[in-house]
Amino acid sequence: MTEILRIENLQKRFGGLVATDNVSLDVHTGEIHALIGPNGAGKSTLINQLCGELRQDAGVIHLAGRDISHMPAPERVDLGLGRTFQVTSLLEDFTVAENVGLAVQARDGGNFRIFDRVTGRTSVWEETGHLLSGSLLNDRRDARVADLSHGEKKQLELVMALATQPRLLLLDEPMAGLGHLESQQMIDTLNGLRGEMSMLLVEHDMEAVFALADRISVLVYGQVIMTGTADEVRNDPRVREAYLGTEDA
Amino acid sequence: MRKLILPILLIAIFALMPLIADMVGKNALMTLSARILMYAMAAASLNLILGYGGMVSFGHAAYFGVGAYVVGILYSHWMSEVPIFGLFPGSNQLFVTLPIAMVMSGLAALVIGALSLRTGGVQFIMITLAFAQMIFFLFVSLTAYGGEDGIIIRRANEVPGLNMRDKTTVYYVILVVAVLYFAWMWRVVHSSFGQVLKGIRQNERRMEAMGIATYRYKLYAFVLAGMGAGLAGALMANFLRFTSPDMMHWTKSGEMIIMVILGGLGTFFGPILGAAAFLILEFYLASWTEHWQLGLGLILLVVVLFTKGGIIGAIARLKGGRE
Repeated sequence: MTEILRIENLQKRFGGLVATDNVSLDVHTGEIHALIGPNGAGKSTLINQLCGELRQDAGVIHLAGRDISHMPAPERVDLGLGRTFQVTSLLEDFTVAENVGLAVQARDGGNFRIFDRVTGRTSVWEETGHLLSGSLLNDRRDARVADLSHGEKKQLELVMALATQPRLLLLDEPMAGLGHLESQQMIDTLNGLRGEMSMLLVEHDMEAVFALADRISVLVYGQVIMTGTADEVRNDPRVREAYLGTEDA
Repeated sequence: MRKLILPILLIAIFALMPLIADMVGKNALMTLSARILMYAMAAASLNLILGYGGMVSFGHAAYFGVGAYVVGILYSHWMSEVPIFGLFPGSNQLFVTLPIAMVMSGLAALVIGALSLRTGGVQFIMITLAFAQMIFFLFVSLTAYGGEDGIIIRRANEVPGLNMRDKTTVYYVILVVAVLYFAWMWRVVHSSFGQVLKGIRQNERRMEAMGIATYRYKLYAFVLAGMGAGLAGALMANFLRFTSPDMMHWTKSGEMIIMVILGGLGTFFGPILGAAAFLILEFYLASWTEHWQLGLGLILLVVVLFTKGGIIGAIARLKGGRE
């Protein structure tokens, strides 16, 4: 079995708080791997270490066999690590098409050119059109991002991540704040991408997790307490305990 | 081609200015017009990093001054026929001094930018200000080049085939350089790099997540901006036939920021209109009262409070459309 992502003994402390406590985890090529856990379990901290925004104190991260532990974030993107943000983080003054276009351009290169015309880069805009026509934002191409609904922004997050052509996509709560219908649309979209790339999905919406995940890892107090299929996780007493919070009771 | 109306109109006004000044018998109008052109270039270069790139540099006059000093120093060595450091000869040729001025101010921007772009926010503002003041005091203490008094350039740099003793000729040379500079700037802000720069202003974190190592792009913009200011400063030294540390005083950096904001941050024509508004106000207010800065301050206050996006923003709102 090949692994697109392998995390070994990752550790991160903030003062006295151990946010990531010796986490080891792997994502198989092509699978959707969900990471769940109660609030404060360290999911976002883990994601931020994977994408390079936070530096781990110890441990190793391998992406497709390469050690990326000390690589800056943009280089990890070049190697095929894409991400979406939990709190949408977009280019608010640009239109939807300009956002996606810039993501395509960033990957395509030539970003230091000062004598070309960005509107004249036909291959960039063709790809942008292609990405958008396959998304729910097809009719919103020329809308400014600041004018989009929350659900549309979440979709745009995803399209922009796809524009970087990731081999592994880190999804940081893609359903957060979505209504039932919008969540279902997001689940369908992600399901449609199954097999095209591997995904590490951080999500609170259990319905979405059980609908999508091939395997699930449970993070509690910075530690992975188990990894297994949906059924194994559902029936695990430790998981129930963690979610019902009997430790504190 | 409605897009071409404003640039053609602006070029026509500036091209006719010497004739108008002559007709009404006010030579000062041509001087004012030339100053507007040169400050518009400097403000436009600042607008590249401040307006398009979102970097609040408070030391932009340093590059303006470096450009001016390159002209002054090259001229003084050409006069004395003593090579600089015993190595390089001086020059009074515009086609030599302008490129050297751009290279030197670009180098200054490279060093200052490389260090200050490691910070952000208020630290960035303070560190660019600090570096600019360091350069200011360096030139104040350079007694070999006049110290506080600066360098007097007895004649404007030569251009083959032109009589640069004639003030009007110098004016048209400045106009041509300015038009070329703005044509170049138009390309930059509409280029692939321009798009990346606008992205960085809006959301640096997002750009990093798209694989853009933002530091390099910001530094590139910073150097391009420094070169533009150096070019404007070199022209200024030729026009005034004088250069002094005053040109790189921090208040000059502040004036450039005011011009950019007054005209419209991150808009192409904003710096031109901003520089024009600032210098025309200064010209007329200063002739009424020595407290002209009070009037200017009030006008700036009104512009910032009541027009979203300076003069350009006000025009866009009057036209009822979004820019």
